[in-house]
Amino acid sequence: MLRFIARRVLIAIPILAIVVSFTFFLVQLIPGNPAQTILGKGATAAQIAAVNHQLGLDQPIGIRFLAFWGNTLRGNLGVSLINGQPVAQSIANALPVTLSLAISATLLTGIVGIGLGVLSAVRGGAVDRIVQGSSSVGMALPSFWLAVALVLVFSILLKLLPATGYTPITQSPGQWAYGMVLPVVAIGLAGVASISRQTRSAMLETLGKDYVRSLRAQGLPTRSIIYKHALRNASIPIVTNVGFQFIGVLGGAVIIEQIFALPGIGQLTNIAVSQHDIPVVQGAVIVTAAIVLLVNLLVDVIYLILNPKTRRA
Amino acid sequence: MSTAQAEVVATEPDQLTSTRRGVFRNLMRKPAAWISASWILVVILASVFAKWVAPDDPYKQDIVHNLALPSAAHWLGTDSLGRDILTRLIYGGNLALISCVEVVAVALAIGVPLGLLAGYFGGWVDAIIARLADIFLAIPAIIVLMAVVAVVGNNLTLAMVTLGIIISASFIRLVRGSTIAVRRELFIDAAQVSGLAAPRIILRHVLPNIVAPLIIISTLTFGIALLVQSGLAFIGLAVQPPAANWGAMIYEASQNIYQDPWLMAPTGGILILTILAFNTLGDAINTAQAGSVSISPAGQFRAQSRRGPGHRVAVTPAQESSDVLLRATGLTVVAGSEASPTALVEDLSFEVRKGEVLGLVGESGSGKTMTARAIIGLLPLGCRVQSGTITFAGDDLTASESVVAAHRGTKIALISQEPMVALDPSFTIGSQLREPLRLHKKMSRSEAKVEALALLRKVGIDRPDAVYASFPHQISGGMAQRVCIAIALTGQPELLIADEPTTALDVTVQAEILDLLRSLKDEFHMSLILVTHNLGVIADIADRTVVMYAGEVVEQCSTEELFAAPTHPYTAGLMASSPDRAEIGKPLGAIVGIVPPPEQWPIGCHFADRCPLVTEACRKAPVPLVATGKDRESRCIRTDEAMKLGASR
Repeated sequence: MLRFIARRVLIAIPILAIVVSFTFFLVQLIPGNPAQTILGKGATAAQIAAVNHQLGLDQPIGIRFLAFWGNTLRGNLGVSLINGQPVAQSIANALPVTLSLAISATLLTGIVGIGLGVLSAVRGGAVDRIVQGSSSVGMALPSFWLAVALVLVFSILLKLLPATGYTPITQSPGQWAYGMVLPVVAIGLAGVASISRQTRSAMLETLGKDYVRSLRAQGLPTRSIIYKHALRNASIPIVTNVGFQFIGVLGGAVIIEQIFALPGIGQLTNIAVSQHDIPVVQGAVIVTAAIVLLVNLLVDVIYLILNPKTRRA
Repeated sequence: MSTAQAEVVATEPDQLTSTRRGVFRNLMRKPAAWISASWILVVILASVFAKWVAPDDPYKQDIVHNLALPSAAHWLGTDSLGRDILTRLIYGGNLALISCVEVVAVALAIGVPLGLLAGYFGGWVDAIIARLADIFLAIPAIIVLMAVVAVVGNNLTLAMVTLGIIISASFIRLVRGSTIAVRRELFIDAAQVSGLAAPRIILRHVLPNIVAPLIIISTLTFGIALLVQSGLAFIGLAVQPPAANWGAMIYEASQNIYQDPWLMAPTGGILILTILAFNTLGDAINTAQAGSVSISPAGQFRAQSRRGPGHRVAVTPAQESSDVLLRATGLTVVAGSEASPTALVEDLSFEVRKGEVLGLVGESGSGKTMTARAIIGLLPLGCRVQSGTITFAGDDLTASESVVAAHRGTKIALISQEPMVALDPSFTIGSQLREPLRLHKKMSRSEAKVEALALLRKVGIDRPDAVYASFPHQISGGMAQRVCIAIALTGQPELLIADEPTTALDVTVQAEILDLLRSLKDEFHMSLILVTHNLGVIADIADRTVVMYAGEVVEQCSTEELFAAPTHPYTAGLMASSPDRAEIGKPLGAIVGIVPPPEQWPIGCHFADRCPLVTEACRKAPVPLVATGKDRESRCIRTDEAMKLGASR
């Protein structure tokens, strides 16, 4: 197990290194003079020189590349061009918001999606058709449209839930949950639909296996066959998909945080992009990629635990 | 927004080419498929011919009539600048579809060649390409897109090309998988031997086989691209106002949500419907190509009557002789619809006495496995007991699911043909032994462990502790069958049904398993029903034998009598073709022809078409079972000739 994790970490490191290098060369891709692009047409020569210096563009590319790496490895992601704040600090402030959104949405996706999928597979008939039909529609709903529609119904018409605002969970878990309901549903619904469909087909496939007949021949109760044996075997491919959903939610946060005014990584990135605040964008890409690699590692470990065939291989 | 990679099943290479035409026909028979396709076509045509189709000018403002509800002049209302919504949706479709085409084109252009290279050459080429795909899969697409937009500015085409590059990872994986599958096929080797160059092999054989999966993944990618493109537009990236853009129109709707909530409906509606259409079409192609399963295996758990409506209640014999454990009377198992059922087993009657081994022998398609599974109430879905009874110690097992369920595992146990797939791969052997022990014998966890180890020792496993802690994939087939037997013994059954218990095993292991079954039968005072196609097994272990052919009993008697002198030409034929009894120097006999499928069973003798003794009379009417001795029956009108045939072997 430990050796497996070590191997996965060794694979993840070069991937992260490529992402870090990519973000560095991203700046080199800016057509023409980057400082000019960042500052706009009205910039003075002095301003351009200042930005060039800040980006390190007045130095040779090799030096800049090494310096960028050196800083990144020390956790220094540079300074915002707009407000002069250290990027690492801004990201550290925003991270809990995005993580709490993403983790809640993934939990919703996993629990509700698997529940509906099992229900659909086991009950069949009308229940199955309703769940499957809703899932098809659910997967086609863009999160940003759904978010606005939810605000319209639950905030504007019914006045049940707040449309904007974020309370840290450490301050008041109740307030936090109250504010997170709509964003989590908006961003997680497509995942619920996707997981429920996958769970359904995985369950049906498993229930058709020979060992299910053997378990029935042993006189085991239906409850144990479905929820202990079949679900356990069906869950192996589902775990991978839940991991994908987390990555999807992390990306979707860019839009959802904007709609619900949540001060997370998504909003930070969004503002940075509109202001051409390159160091912040670079930092956000690196941190997000690191989180994604971490989640992929976690998925691999869970997969390994669930699937005994890979465990001692 | 989910950019999760679409999972598409790669088809088996040869299955595809032969059925492609059928796939299209299947597809068009599904309303969901052609409605989706029609909608996509409408959107494409409308946006391509927007100039002629659209009722208005997309940029014409009419501030006086802004945010208007649908009317005769503006079918879907107007936006905040008084522009016609329908017109702008039609013009916006153009941009949306071009973006989708860009993404799919880039993904195909990168994914197909890289996937082919990786799959075809393997080795380090594969390692590098697979790692590249891993990297693309490991980055959240939208964040990268934003970074690109931040640097390059609002360039939609570049953003879509970037998305295409990221999504190409799924295409690489798909094509690589399919290529490896095709490569493993023999015909590629054959093509190499015949001197075809590698690129030609790829073009001729691999590409045709990955067309269908590629169409599916491309269709699903259209949906993803549409979603991402509108999402970017929604947050104001990669849009050039005042050009119409679906995502930007939804954003505008969200800004006017207090004054005009209606705007949300048409702007979101067209996007949702189009994504839904792409997804539905992709799914439909996927199922049409994979072939759909009509009966859900989950049905086995739903409350269902075990019988069809045509069931007649048989009269139970008033006095059951005390040594009979199980008696089947007039058992008929059918499959198919209630209106036109097909009989799989017809009017079957036999009995199993306490402590005896009953052999159930016949070729594939004789109905022997159906019979075994009818007893324990585990018929395949779609099959049911139509008439007849199976009484076990006074209970009619066919009466209801609850009656037979109460016997499963405790009174009646089953071991099946493929021991390796009969064990749950996710649990240890120990856990799979403990569960029935704790259930049936109300043992504690530690008691169950002691008992499980004892059972493993009983079935002849030398190192029970090691096997106890193993997972099914870690043990051999013969070992797995021993474990299955141990599990079957956990409830101390009175009847053990062994369905081809040795067929999947090595010859050397077969005899060991039969010896084991014989000794366990005595030790546990069980009766045994042994289903097999192998007369050698019957001769080895069975006390009495029921010979089945095409759903009927053709002969039953003691095994000794059976081998001494078969009274049915089918039995005689089986013996002549059994290698165990072949004489050296003589050619091995064979019964000409095959067992007819159930729907082709004749009215008269089922064996008539393959019988060397057939006469006109055999085909006219159903042949009854006739007594040919004490406890001996044969379903033949020419038993005397049959005996001569048997003797002349």
